[in-house]
Amino acid sequence: MNIAISASGLTLDAEVNPRFGRCEQFIILDPETMQFKVLVNTGQSAGGGAGIATAQHIIKEGIGAVLTGNCGPNAHQVLTAAGVEVVTGVSGNIREAVELYKSGGYCPSSQANVSDHFGMGKGKNR
Amino acid sequence: MIVSIASGKGGTGKTLVATSLARSLIDDYSVTLLDCDVEEPNAHLFIKPQITSTEEIAVKVPRVRQDRCNHCGKCSEVCVFNAIAVLGDTVLTFPELCHGCGACSHLCPRQAISEIPYRIGTLEKGHSGGLEFAKGELDVGRAMATPIVRKVKQRPPGEGITLIDASPGTSCPVIEAIKGTDFCLLVTEPTPFGLNDLSLAVEAVKELGVPCGVVINRAGKSNEVIEHYCQEQDIPVLLKIPLELKIACLYSEGFTLADGLPEWKARFKQLAERIMELTGERSCNTQR
Amino acid sequence: MKEVVILSGKGGTGKTTIAGSFAALASSKVLCDCDVDAADLNLLLEPLVQEEHDFTGGWLAFINEDKCCRCNLCSQLCRFSAINDFKVDEIACEGCGLCERICPVKAIDMKPNIAGRWFVSQTKYGPLVHARLGIAQDNSGKLVARVRQRAKQLAAEGGLDYIISDGPPGTGCPVISSLTGADLALLVTEPTLSGAHDLERVIQVCRHFGVRAVVCINKFDINELNTRKIEDFCARSETRIVSRIPYDSTVTEALMQAEPVVEYTDGTASLEIMNLWQTTAFILDSKNGTYNAGLKHGSF
Repeated sequence: MNIAISASGLTLDAEVNPRFGRCEQFIILDPETMQFKVLVNTGQSAGGGAGIATAQHIIKEGIGAVLTGNCGPNAHQVLTAAGVEVVTGVSGNIREAVELYKSGGYCPSSQANVSDHFGMGKGKNR
Repeated sequence: MIVSIASGKGGTGKTLVATSLARSLIDDYSVTLLDCDVEEPNAHLFIKPQITSTEEIAVKVPRVRQDRCNHCGKCSEVCVFNAIAVLGDTVLTFPELCHGCGACSHLCPRQAISEIPYRIGTLEKGHSGGLEFAKGELDVGRAMATPIVRKVKQRPPGEGITLIDASPGTSCPVIEAIKGTDFCLLVTEPTPFGLNDLSLAVEAVKELGVPCGVVINRAGKSNEVIEHYCQEQDIPVLLKIPLELKIACLYSEGFTLADGLPEWKARFKQLAERIMELTGERSCNTQR
Repeated sequence: MKEVVILSGKGGTGKTTIAGSFAALASSKVLCDCDVDAADLNLLLEPLVQEEHDFTGGWLAFINEDKCCRCNLCSQLCRFSAINDFKVDEIACEGCGLCERICPVKAIDMKPNIAGRWFVSQTKYGPLVHARLGIAQDNSGKLVARVRQRAKQLAAEGGLDYIISDGPPGTGCPVISSLTGADLALLVTEPTLSGAHDLERVIQVCRHFGVRAVVCINKFDINELNTRKIEDFCARSETRIVSRIPYDSTVTEALMQAEPVVEYTDGTASLEIMNLWQTTAFILDSKNGTYNAGLKHGSF
């Protein structure tokens, strides 16, 4: 299944974007073939609930996993409910991050790793 | 008569003025003090009220009836605040983002959404030495202060004088506090920050069509910068509270000026009478 | 890069004063004014605006008088009492769009609400990102987010070490938005009953959102009893006090001259603010900080 990576640029040589909800774009990639496309993140302009809007937007791409730096609790809840694996703590070059993911170097996170970014939500971790 | 006390800049002395006014007027008038600085209410520290009732304040948020929902996603589509997400056969709601607009429940084609209360804070009512008091407080972690301000102000129209202590700034909860009052007293300080923020507050008050006047707190050698501005804007400077150590000490200990320095009672009474003149209130309406 | 947000709970405790001095002391940084309702940091930094942007926050309903059939359904359904006499009260309208959807003659349009403007300016201390929210506007959280986002971008592009954010008073939406994801919250308080009371609440907000908080007591010597009360509270809640700034009349003089305190005077407050910056930078730079890095899991 395809994976989505929050991206700071438009190619696999760009860096992983540390934020999920407010990144400018995602790279949607087939890990087998490494074919990819860039998806502009419409959720980033949300007043509140950017993570929620972004999550709903990328779920429509039929992805199985998300790789990102940080993901807040609301977005995490939405992605998990849709059966999408969430991998946080991902940084550095996108191509390398994907390779590391493919070789099992990342564990999916069972909960949000940060409290909400720029949002009005309630952090699940206290 | 309803007077709001606001400022623009934080820390200029709104609460000092509001509570001192309240304490100066209770001998001659029926007075109610409403603390609408719901994020950081402080008036109770000076008034020390006996609280007689506490109620929860809640806003309405959606609750989806699973037996009726067919996961069409319409609710999520119409929610501009991203407070509902529909994924497959799961509906997630995010009450902290909900503005209570009712769009989801009204537009659900299966009428599968009802609205349930979601607590955001509290309203306390009480009294202190003849003064009626109410205080709104936003729960820590909640973001939306405006519905609480609305609730604090919701009272049967009474006689006497109502004083509303607002929060700093010019955003929604402040506007809600000032809206519909007869007069807004703007408390400022004679510094560049004070002037800058006062001008923002004056803009806000003018938008709302509420007449205003200024109190200069910590007045000293450089009042002209404020006085000059007020003259240009045709806004009366109604009171100057000097920068004095004994006043600062009283404040730091939680005393109003009226309690600590009795000569100020007369000055605050005069301030209130001036406001009544400016708003055209006849004092017999408000007097005991 | 690391970000420190200066907050207080109570207004007027000295956040902007300290932010202005940090601007002069830190060598490699971006300055960010998150108090979008009443932005004052620019008054100390003499900014030259290089970029200006409209900020659209949400929507506003607009009723086309020509199409309106005066059924009043919109007014009845509006939860915010924003429609009266077939006109929209722009201050009350929250942009939910319900009226647009239910209007039987499609007389209502939702238009993007220009809620303010934001700016990137050059100052002699470095870049400053600041904003001005319109009167009675909502979405202050979003504007704060925009300002912080641009500040982060500038810091990344310029390889700058720190983001120094001057925060708003209170504990609500704009405070939460300026706090989330920051590396450190520096809470500036004063030894008054109000200052202490509000400090307790803003510490709780920092805990709630998992951001490490340290405290600075400004003008601590004007009431040593209250200062001790604050110290006791901080000790009980395991919140570190990183500075006690003495009352110094030259601070007011500096403000009246619209200059950062540390540039204007070598007085006692100025020296302590310099120490405070050293401590803040040290905390930001240290990998784990004195407390565990597992802040994300909530322990302090």
